[in-house]
Amino acid sequence: MPVLARWIEAAGIPTVVVTMMPSVAEERRAARIVGVEFPFGHAFGMPNDRVMQRRVLELALRVLAGASVFGTRVDLDVEWPVPLREAYRAWQPKEPSPIVKKMLEARATS
Amino acid sequence: MIVDSYRFLPRTFRPLYEGRGPFPGEEDPVWTPFEKRLSESRIALLTSAGIYLKRSQPPFDLDGERARPDWGDPSWRSIPAVAEKGELGVGHLHINGADILADPEIALPTRLLEQLAGEGVVGGAVANHVSVMGFQERALSDWRQTTAPAIVAHLREQGADALVLAPA
Repeated sequence: MPVLARWIEAAGIPTVVVTMMPSVAEERRAARIVGVEFPFGHAFGMPNDRVMQRRVLELALRVLAGASVFGTRVDLDVEWPVPLREAYRAWQPKEPSPIVKKMLEARATS
Repeated sequence: MIVDSYRFLPRTFRPLYEGRGPFPGEEDPVWTPFEKRLSESRIALLTSAGIYLKRSQPPFDLDGERARPDWGDPSWRSIPAVAEKGELGVGHLHINGADILADPEIALPTRLLEQLAGEGVVGGAVANHVSVMGFQERALSDWRQTTAPAIVAHLREQGADALVLAPA
């Protein structure tokens, strides 16, 4: 996704990446980054929590329009309101993805 | 406060992401200045949650991914800002899409963006946002050659001044 953002940015459209893995977006050299410490699939926050969602989007817009240097990263200081163990389980698919299944099978046979 | 990028990631996956550096050929900075006022700018959203319109669009090709686990459907979908929650599907084998189906705003906050446009925070929102499915083959060849140029053409056609991307 940070690479896709780079290609769009290079084509002349300013971009900001809102991501739960901001250090990876930095490594991949995204132009503008907003970090959120949220589970995967929840870039803008908790379902139906309009206040939280608005905090994320407003920060993203501020960084998008206000960052003056390449690689600007701002992290959102909002804690995920669900206990870690529960949240960690909740975001994951019911069955492992094909690539994870393949990795697990390779590990089992090695 | 510094976000822990690996807080919700299973520990065994961390080496797949951490310390890999830039994508090959993508080392140099890319930068397009944001020159207009935000209140005069039209904003577009892009999600990689694999959202699609159930009635009029094909879902992302998950059977293809099951057959070839290193591959992910590189196509994209145009998602109308006015699409209702019940019209949207989620095709993504790497996340639990239940929360997105319950409230698509957590991945593609089209209603919220319209609200900010109504308040004058942004100038406007595009009529049609963008959705991709984020799991892709490592070289990203189809994304680079086909999908990215098509998305750029779509954003221009929509009059987008800037884009907010959110990985799933």
